[in-house]
Amino acid sequence: MLSRPLNFFLCFFFLFTLPNSLTIKAATSKIELIEQNWPFNGIFGRFDKASLQRGFKVYSEVCSACHGLRHLSYRDLAGIGYSNDEIKVIAGEYEIIDGPNDEGEMFTRDAKMSDKFVGPYENDKVARLANNGAYPPDLSLIVKARAGGADYIYSLLNGYKDFPENFEAGEGMYYNEYYPGNQIAMPPQIEDDIVEFDDGTTASNVQIARDITSFLAWTAEPELERRKSLGVKTLFFLVLITIMLLGVKRKVWKNLD
Amino acid sequence: MKEKEIDNSKGISGWIDKRLPVFTFINHNLRDYPTPKNLNYFWNFGSLAGITLVIMIITGILLAMQYTANTEIAFDSVERIMRDVNNGWLLRYIHMNGASMFFIIVYIHMFRGLYYGSYKYPREILWMLGVVILLLMMATAFMGYVLPWGQMSFWGATVITNLFSAFPIIGDYIVTFLWGGFSVDNPTLTRFFVLHYLLPFAIVGVVALHLVALHQFGSNNPTGIDVKSEGDTIPFHPYYTVKDYLGLGVYLIVFAFLVFFAPNFLGHPDNYIPANPLQTPAHIVPEWYFLPFYAILRAVPDKLLGVLLMFAAVMVLFFLPWLDKHKIRSANFRPFYKQFYWLFFIDCIVLGWVGAMPAEGIYVLISRIATLYYFGFFLVIMPLLSKFEKTTELPSSISAAVISDKFDNKEPSTSESYVK
Repeated sequence: MLSRPLNFFLCFFFLFTLPNSLTIKAATSKIELIEQNWPFNGIFGRFDKASLQRGFKVYSEVCSACHGLRHLSYRDLAGIGYSNDEIKVIAGEYEIIDGPNDEGEMFTRDAKMSDKFVGPYENDKVARLANNGAYPPDLSLIVKARAGGADYIYSLLNGYKDFPENFEAGEGMYYNEYYPGNQIAMPPQIEDDIVEFDDGTTASNVQIARDITSFLAWTAEPELERRKSLGVKTLFFLVLITIMLLGVKRKVWKNLD
Repeated sequence: MKEKEIDNSKGISGWIDKRLPVFTFINHNLRDYPTPKNLNYFWNFGSLAGITLVIMIITGILLAMQYTANTEIAFDSVERIMRDVNNGWLLRYIHMNGASMFFIIVYIHMFRGLYYGSYKYPREILWMLGVVILLLMMATAFMGYVLPWGQMSFWGATVITNLFSAFPIIGDYIVTFLWGGFSVDNPTLTRFFVLHYLLPFAIVGVVALHLVALHQFGSNNPTGIDVKSEGDTIPFHPYYTVKDYLGLGVYLIVFAFLVFFAPNFLGHPDNYIPANPLQTPAHIVPEWYFLPFYAILRAVPDKLLGVLLMFAAVMVLFFLPWLDKHKIRSANFRPFYKQFYWLFFIDCIVLGWVGAMPAEGIYVLISRIATLYYFGFFLVIMPLLSKFEKTTELPSSISAAVISDKFDNKEPSTSESYVK
């Protein structure tokens, strides 16, 4: 009795909503993304803290030269396992302009835990000027803002190739299999040993790409672990109470027979 | 079913009820309220829609306390909700996915009405109020999608408001009026926020009227036969309260799964890129619940005609009670209508699908055929069937239908046991 409307509901749900996600996939890339088995995938998904910390190191030493993380504060780093003292040291390496002070002057000071991540450029114009007219996007949300999510970012980082013959390349552009239109302004950044990991992990280019992608998945969805664990509990509760309601319903309706 | 009278000579509730008959009202409308005894689970979707509306209003009010309607900081204020507001991500994901759930529920609710002829005499106004609710929901959802001020927000708003420019002479004036300027900009965002906050309360008002109209004649039922005696009905409480709770449980499981494990499945990734008026996204797609109408819009090569057809696709619903004048309500007893109905259902799915595809090649042809059937179903098939369709034999009453149903259901199970 329950099953027919329920099936209908679910069929309706998928029939109506699937085209949406299909087009997004179809529109952005004709080439299959490299699918990775991310630890944060799935219902019980969790971040690998060590990987996130390595990813943060990659971000600080490589990506942050051009890309900002403007939605994050330094205090958020507690979420990937840094202690307050460590975060203070990290923040202290950056300077921000504050003020005006009581004399009416702007001044620079060391960044504090409560400050947002300091971006690489003062404004968009400077960013474009320094990058051949291309604007290096802010990375806070990049994993959520691209179809394919983490797999796309990982593929992109591993997707640099030489230009195929007869490809009309723009000045200062690079060929990337996964980038829409295949021409990307960002030069390939990742190579073996471009960073040295504190935990002794070998810094192969694949490892670096994996760690930075994990880190960016975290910056896009810092609530992911809490969301998924709350979700499991909520679903457990809802399934339990629904089974009980099914019993109650059957008992009450028996009166009518 | 005889109503239990509230004794208002005794107790605090009696004292209050004598002066303000709230308890009598609740008793009348939620407890003893006589309801056909054969309602199936498709009749759950009305109460589910009501509950979803409440969920949307509560989460919406809480979000509005944190959101800032200013093009400079709207996007960042949403991100602040996601990151820094306690459980802000939960509120926003419930609200965001709640919109989709609301449309799923309401669409099923409407398809149910269409199948069982719930719009026919004497429930015409009940149905029309429902269409008003749908229109208000569409306006509210559209404006809500603009608020996070991402790329799809901005470009969706630009495309949809620009549709009005198709009207001759007054078109451009209307668009400027909607925008509050000469492009989608801060005045547009602020007014959309105000209206997005206001319209749900208008929906609540129309929902109240919808319920008053419903309780005038009571629910339709799967046989479409009128209630003839007390034996055809059962009190709303406990039978339908418990059934609604059970439906709610199943619904919340699906809803929660979406919120917790696939919160962005129904959204578009581009909306996590801040709005940029200088950069048009490769494909501008509306939210999935508008896709069938979007397909109708694009099926026509002429802009004005497309816009008119799109509006007509909703407006035609208002005239349903007069397009389908067949005396029998339920499709169960109308063999031809039933087939055209399911074809119409598939047609709506097809429209939704082509609406998501690029408007080129074979998709244009498919969208045209689907649009033709959409209107053909209402304007040609329905009136013709009302004249010529012969129905199968109807049960004599709701009770008779219930008894024969049970008999039918028991038959296969006994034969199965024989096989074993």
